[in-house]
This record gives sequence, C-alpha cells and structure tokens, in this order.
Amino acid sequence: MPAVSKGDGMRGLAVFISDIRNCKSKEAEIKRINKELANIRSKFKGDKALDGYSKKKYVCKLLFIFLLGHDIDFGHMEAVNLLSSNKYTEKQIGYLFISVLVNSNSELIRLINNAIKNDLSSRNPTFMCLALHCIANVGSREMAEAFAGEIPRILVAGDTMDSVKQSAALCLLRLYKASPDLVLMGEWTSRVVHLLNDQHMGVVTAAISLITCLSSKNPDEFKTCVSLAVSRLSRIVSSASTDLQDYTYYFVPAPWLSCKLLRLLQCYPPPEDGAVKGRLVECLETILNKAQEPPKSKKVQHSNAKNAILFEAISLIIHYDSEPNLLVRACNQLGQFLQHRETNLRYLALESMCTLASSEFSHEAVKTHIETVINALKTERDVSVRQRAADLLYAMCDRSNAKQIVAEMLSYLETADYSIREEMVLKVAILAEKYAVDYSWYVDTILNLIRIAGDYVSEEVWYRVIQIVINRDDVQGYAAKTVFEALQAPACHENMVKVGGYILGEFGNLIAGDPRSSPLVQFNLLHSKFHLCSVPTRALLLSAYIKFINLFPETKATIQEVLRSDSQIRNSDVELQQRAVEYLKLSSIASTDVLATVLEEMPPFPERESSILAKLKKKKGPGAVTVELEDGKERGELNGGGDRGGDAAIAASNASTPSPSADLLGLRSTAPVSGTTPSAGSLLVDVFSEAGPSATSAGVNDDGFLSSAPPTVASEDPAPPLPESDELLNKFVCKNNGVLFENQLLQIGIKSEYRQNLGRMYLFYGNKTSVQFVSFNTTVSCPGELQSQLNVQTKTVEPLVEGGAQVQQVINIECLTDFIDAPLLNIKFRYGGALQNISLKLPVTINKFFQPTEMAAADFFQRWKQLSQPQQEAQKIFKASHGMDTEVLKAKLLGLGTALLENVDPNPENYVCAGVIQTKAQQVGCLLRLEPNAQAQMYRLTLRSSKDTVSQRVCDLLAEQF
Amino acid sequence: MIKFLLMVNKQGQTRLSKYYEQVDIEKRPSLETDVVKRCLSRKKEECSFVEYKDFRLVYRQYAALFIVVGISDTENELSIYELVHNFVEVLDKYFSRVVSSIMFNLDKVHIIIDEIIQNGHIVETNKNRILAPLLALDKMAEAH
Repeated sequence: MPAVSKGDGMRGLAVFISDIRNCKSKEAEIKRINKELANIRSKFKGDKALDGYSKKKYVCKLLFIFLLGHDIDFGHMEAVNLLSSNKYTEKQIGYLFISVLVNSNSELIRLINNAIKNDLSSRNPTFMCLALHCIANVGSREMAEAFAGEIPRILVAGDTMDSVKQSAALCLLRLYKASPDLVLMGEWTSRVVHLLNDQHMGVVTAAISLITCLSSKNPDEFKTCVSLAVSRLSRIVSSASTDLQDYTYYFVPAPWLSCKLLRLLQCYPPPEDGAVKGRLVECLETILNKAQEPPKSKKVQHSNAKNAILFEAISLIIHYDSEPNLLVRACNQLGQFLQHRETNLRYLALESMCTLASSEFSHEAVKTHIETVINALKTERDVSVRQRAADLLYAMCDRSNAKQIVAEMLSYLETADYSIREEMVLKVAILAEKYAVDYSWYVDTILNLIRIAGDYVSEEVWYRVIQIVINRDDVQGYAAKTVFEALQAPACHENMVKVGGYILGEFGNLIAGDPRSSPLVQFNLLHSKFHLCSVPTRALLLSAYIKFINLFPETKATIQEVLRSDSQIRNSDVELQQRAVEYLKLSSIASTDVLATVLEEMPPFPERESSILAKLKKKKGPGAVTVELEDGKERGELNGGGDRGGDAAIAASNASTPSPSADLLGLRSTAPVSGTTPSAGSLLVDVFSEAGPSATSAGVNDDGFLSSAPPTVASEDPAPPLPESDELLNKFVCKNNGVLFENQLLQIGIKSEYRQNLGRMYLFYGNKTSVQFVSFNTTVSCPGELQSQLNVQTKTVEPLVEGGAQVQQVINIECLTDFIDAPLLNIKFRYGGALQNISLKLPVTINKFFQPTEMAAADFFQRWKQLSQPQQEAQKIFKASHGMDTEVLKAKLLGLGTALLENVDPNPENYVCAGVIQTKAQQVGCLLRLEPNAQAQMYRLTLRSSKDTVSQRVCDLLAEQF
Repeated sequence: MIKFLLMVNKQGQTRLSKYYEQVDIEKRPSLETDVVKRCLSRKKEECSFVEYKDFRLVYRQYAALFIVVGISDTENELSIYELVHNFVEVLDKYFSRVVSSIMFNLDKVHIIIDEIIQNGHIVETNKNRILAPLLALDKMAEAH
C-alpha cells in the first residue's frame, strides 16, 4: 500500500486504518468494516461519477479489508477502471487489486486484458512494466493466451527500454513455466538468444534466466546460446574490475551474471567447436588463477563474490568431467578451502568435492585430502559441516582406504549427533560390505556398529549381516565366536541379542568344542538376556532354543524345562505362548531324524543387492549414493523378523509341508522355480498357456523365414546368428513366454522367470519330425563384453531327440551389470545325416531385471527432475507400427517390467512408468514417459535413468514395441 | 530459483515475506516459524547454508535483523549470500537507519526487492538502477 505522505495522502484511508487498529474486539472490527463496505458500495453505486482519486482511495480500502481476511465481492469494475488512468499511482493500485483479487470472471478478464494491451503498447516504460508484472503475477492461462504472442516481440524489439526488457523476459519465463504449450518461441529463438549480447548487463541478467529455462527444455533449439554465453563470460572474466562500473561488486566484475552464465553452460555438454571450447577453458583457467591471486580487498564480500564464481566454475568442470587437468586443479583449490577459516567455504568445498570424488579423473586427487576430511569430521563445530565431511568420506571410499574410513566413521559414531546417526550407520554398513576383503572384518564392523549405535541399527543392517554369515561358510565360526564374546557384555543392545541368537542357533556348534563356550554356556548366556528383550526378540530366541535342541541334544532337558515354565507356556503373548507349546511338543515327539530335517541349517540366501543401500537412498535422496532410485518395497522381502518365523514354526510342528526349512526369519529361500515339465509329445504350444495368440503370430512369421534361409548349414562352427534374430529378440522384450523359433524340423519354446538380478529360462526343443535328431547339442555363449556382464549357466541336453519328442533345457542367468547385447544360442544336430546349425539370440534383455516401483506423482516428478542431465535421458520419436489401443499399450508397458503409474502425468493420454533395474553391481532407477499422439500416429518415448547406457538401451528396446 | 525471502527480527517475528512459489497463506506462518527457528538457533561460527526439506536456506544476520532466503539447488549459495548483502546495501543507501526504517516503510522495501528479484530470479544488481524507480516515485510525490 502506498505510503501516506504529504502530497499523495489518502486521509480517508489513514483514518479508516487507524479506526480498525483501535477496535477493541473482533466484533467491533467487523462492525466498522461492514459500515465501511456499505459506504463504499453506496459511493460506487451513486449517481455522481467518482473521480480517479476517490476510486483509488476506495479500492485501496477494499484491498486493506481483503488483506484483513474478509471476502470482497465488488469493486472489481472500479479497479479495472483505474487501469486506464493516466496517473501512475491510480494505475498501480488498479493492478495491485487485479493481481490480488482477480477471478476468472470472463467479462472482467476481457476488460483487464484490454487495459493491459493498451499499457503494453503505450511506449511508457513505467506503464509497460506495471502491465508485465501483472501478467507475471496472475500468470493464468487466459493471460498467457492473450499475451504469450506479444511479449516475445516486446522482449526483442530494438526500441524497447532496458527495464521493460528485463520485466518482459521474466514475465515470459513465468508464462512458459505455467503454460509451455502457449509460449512458442519459434521465430524469436535466435533473437532471444542474442539478448546474451545485449549491451545492458541488467537485460542479460534477466534474459539468462529465461534462456536457461528454455534451454533445459529444448536444448537443441537453443544450443547457439553456448558460444554466446562463452564469449560473454570471457569478456566479463577478462575485464578489469572498473570496466563494468556499477555491475562490479567489491572489485569483482558482475559476479551474479557470471554465475548465471556458468549455470547456463551446465545445461549442455562441452562445446564441440574447438575455438569456443578453447575460449571457455581459458575462462575457467582464469577463474582458477584468480583464486590464487592476492585479494583486491580485505572485505569478505570481495572473496565471497569471487568464490561464488569459482564454485560455479568448478561445478561446470565437474559437469563436463572431461578435462583431467581442470578437474585436478579444481580439486586442489577445494582442498585449500577445506582448511579455510570461513565455515561457509569449508561447507561448500566438502560438498563440491563429494561430486568430484565420483569422477575417474579426480578420484585419486580427492583421496589425498582424506586426513583433512577426517579431521573435519572430528573437529568441525557445525553439524551440517560434519555431515558433509561424512558424505565426502563415503564418496571417496574405495578398497584402498575402506578400513581407515570405516574405522574413523565408527569412532565418530560414538559422539555423532543424533540427527545423523542412522544415516552414518547405514553408510558404515554399506562400506563394510562393499569393501570387505575378509568377512571377519565385516562381521566385526557390524557388531561394533550395534555396540556403538544399537538404537540406530535398522533391521536391514542386522538382517544383512545374518544373510552374509549364512552364505559364507568361511566366516561362520568366526561370527559365532565374536557374537558369543559380544554377548558377554553385561548390557548389550537388543539388536546384538537378535544377531547373537540367530547366529548361535545356526552355528553355535562351531564353537561348542571349547568348554568356555559349551552348549550349555551358550544357552545360559542367551537366556540371561531373554527377560530384558521385547516380544519379537524373545520369539527369535525361542526359535534359537529349538535349534539348540537339534544341535546339542545334551541341552534338550534344560531347554524343555525353560519352554515348559509358566512364563513361556502360559505367556500372555499369543505368539510366544504358541511357540513355546509347539517347540516343546516338537522336541518331545519328533525323532532325531525328523528334528534334524525340520531344523536343518538355513540354506544360502539368493545373492542380491543390499537392501541397506535402498534404505540409505530413501533417507538421503539421490546424490549421496551412486544409484539414484530406491525401491521402496525391497525391504518387504527381508521383513517379518520374528513373527513370520512363527508361521514357519507352526508349519514345522504340523509337518504339513515337505520342506519346512525352519525359516527362522521368514526369509525367502531359493525355492526352485515351479516350472512344470510337459510330457513329451504333447503339443508344444500347450506349454505356453498364456501365450496362445502370440505363439501363432510367431509361427506365421517363421514361414517367411523358411523361404529366405535354407535350414542346412554344413559347418561345425556355430553359425552366425540368423538375420531375423534381432526381430525375434524384440518380440520377447515385453513378454517372457512364447515360441522363439520354428522351422520345418524344430520348434523352440521359451518360458522364463526373473527375480531381482536372477533369471531362469526354460527352453523346450521340440522335434517336429518323426525321425530322431542325433548329436543334438546346444550351447549358450556370451560374446565379447557380455561375458563380464551376464553370468549364464546351463546343463547339456541329451544328444538324442526322438521324433515328436521334446527336450527341456534350463538356463540360469545372473545379471552382473547392465548390458546391451543378448547371449547367443547355438543349436547343432543331425537330421537324416545333414548337419543343422542354427544360431539365435536368446531374448535376455536388460528390462527383464526390472523391479516395478510404485510412486506418487510428486515423487515421480522430483526424481524426473533429478535425472535432468542430458546424458541421463534418451528420447525417441517414432511412428506407430501397430494400433494405438490403450489396453495393448498398457499391457506392453507392464510387460516391460516397470510399474505403470496412474494419475501421475497431467495429460491422461500419456503413460509414465518407473522401475529399478537390478544388477549385481548396482541398481539403476529408470523413469519412462510415453506420449502417444493419436492424430499423427506418432509416439514420443523418453527414458531417464542414472546410467546413460541403460536409458539408451531401454529406449531402443521399447521403441520397437509399438 | 529463489523460493522466498524473509526478513525477521531477533525474536523470530516476520517483518517482511516475499514468496516466489505458491505457498498457501495458511501454511506460511508455520513455514516461517520453522525456517526462522532453524536459522536463529545457529551459532555465529556455523555455516550460513542450511538444508531444509528439499531446498536450502541461505541466511545472513545484520544486528537484530535476519534475512533468510529459500533457494532451489539451481542457485549458487554464495551468490545469494552476497545478493542479500547487496540488497542491504541498497536499503542502507536509501534509508538512513535500516533496521528501524524498514518497519515504517515496508512498501518501499517491497519496491526495492521487486527491482532485484522478479519471479524468483535475479533481475538487477546495479544499485543505482535498483533505486531509480523509487527515487522517481519520490520525486512525483513531492511534485504533487
């Protein structure tokens, strides 16, 4: 509201405001306001035409009343009238009212738009700015429709005043963000980009925000901005501190503009043009050099402004990740900042170095600062700085320094702030596992974790240590000994009791030879903790006890007595009571053999990516870890703790299942895939109950194949893959079962299942003739790079296939890391003396290892934004080669393995999906967006993932499906 | 992008707030209280950037006045930190005693901010140009 000054005083308004302020009660205030509203209403309705001043005064009062929280349902017309006033203050109040109280009253919008139009064409810069601010403030679709065409013209016109250009640029940015479809830059693109050359720095500052936004959305159209930005930057960087006059801040030329230019360049890969690139590298070097020069001023403002540019330059260097020399220099510069007395600089340096650590060029250079960072972790007084130090230690960790870093983080944990303990625990657990050379170190580390920060050790962490101990028999004895020792402590954390109970229950026998840890000693030790534990832990301990009975028959009597005691068998907790009763019964009824079977040692867990990592990602968001997406549901598998164990126990005692496997933790064991082997001679397609129609279509296709390639290839070497094999491969991208290949002699069917990073494929070779195939031999090979990416194992098949019979072959696949090629399947056999030699591509594609991820719209778009670097995205625009039926599309997208997210994309025609590709080395989060255009019969497919090769591959695969 | 700018006194009362991203009026007080609490509780030697939810706070203290800016990760912290100082210097140039003056001239402070930041983006950093419209207004008022 305008100030109440002498010349422009609206005395009536001042009186009204002070009246309101003097009101003693809410009722009095409302009464006063109603009186005023009635007064204004009568003035507006009165016969006498109000002059501009009165209108302004009353509209101001209405605004004030509205800002006090009352509804205003009139006065709009008067406010609109003010827009056409020639007095600045009247116009200003009019626009203020419109900006605050505009509604979609169409009649009014037309009038407002008219007034705005007049102001825009008035050539009065003040009025033009008011109008532009109003458009930007309202930013509605109607406004965009009316002015999106006009504003670019104003922005680039030669005679537009600088201040108007500034407002126009940001107004256009606002409209573009709100309604991108209405802002068509087309013909203006080049002239907007050339604003980077504008003489006026303020115009460049404003325009660059617009250009950065437009570039990030349409990088190709705006790529000419790179060379312009570089030359602008170069001019600023090389200018003397007095050249830019008012845009120099404490002897630093145009610091804000420099930052923005450097930020714009981060939308693009390094310039291809050698000259431009050379100039840019020169700029970056100059900026790095300036950091070493003596400061031109002792003021902190000078160094801050200088360093703002420096940090932005380093971000760009990291973004390019291609100039080893600059990367190392950046690292050295940051290294200096690590010891700077300014906390802000230390904080930013730690953060920046974190990203530097992931570059292959600078990883080693970052590692040289380990002592400083460890010191920061110990001595920094600000928790947020310490947290950055911990992040950096995590990022710089590799096999060479893992022991040191883990030890330091562990010791820091003892005094760490509560707010970051859980995250620290996860990080230590991950590093310990990732870089464990000997697993006894790993076990020690995790047990230390539980000892030091037991409360912050989540289930994932202790599940994981158990998983690893069970899967690695070289560490079991050590683990048993270590937990036994750890449990000696008078007060140990409940998580320690859980781990101890589980491990002694499984492997207590490995240390039972020592009289100091005899079975009974072990049992008494565990049981001494029992009463201090929560119900789930007690349940787990009871399961451990029954395992003891099996491991050590000599403890049977003691344990039965414990189970029989009232506190167990009549426990008020149903779960505990049931376990006590059933275990007691089991131990007294079952023979030793049955008991040994039921309580057999746990089978190894399937190898898979640590769920701890997922948890950390969930806590930290991307950036903290190499993998960008977590699978929220992954921990589900490991979940269940004690209570699921109960189910297994019940199942065990009833002996109703053939392999109770004493699933102590409710963990899923490697149950064989329940593929039913069809009897030989049955019709082959019967196997693929759900693949009926597709199997026929495959058959049709194969007829074509037969005419083009003779089935006899007389060579003993594996034949080159059939020319059709890529096409055949594509058929299986979105489905797992069907007929892979068929000719006159042979039909090959596939049935496959994937879980996590593991897959199992059943191949069915059917002899279509009545004559037997001899020397039937199949081999699966991974050509080239694929060898290190996929682990494929298979057994040989019988060399004889009777006429009309079918043989089955199982192939186990483990995905080690992401891959592009497919494994080759070669089949050789003799039919009537002639050698048949066929090579096909096995339809194992990267998407098979997708795990669907459900997420809400907000999460989706947040992640989408996080994956915004150009190389993380792959996009294809292609013509539909099949119908565009919604249900078919959905089925295909689901078949891809991702989760199809409903109600996420604002446009209901579009499809968005999310999934995580599980490989042994890492998880790669993938987001997908498919935009069909029914009219043009085209699709646009966009893939974003944390790994460029994955985005590209999935995009390529999927583009062939529609 | 700049999400909001707050001017707060030592007691944690908001003196001026400017939002560049839609935040419901009802939610603003709790957001402001929370944001201010985080910044006020920090000691002098602690760093001026605070992670907050999915964005960052940059704050700077001038005697009893705190200025807090919420930014997305596309902004450069140090440059915002100095932008605040630049802003304060403009206030200083216009008002003789910043801390007490701004309370009584909030409209003018708004005009100044609008010249520096528009739609969440830095638009002008030249002090003379920032003040030009305000000085023109004052002239008009006198001429009246």
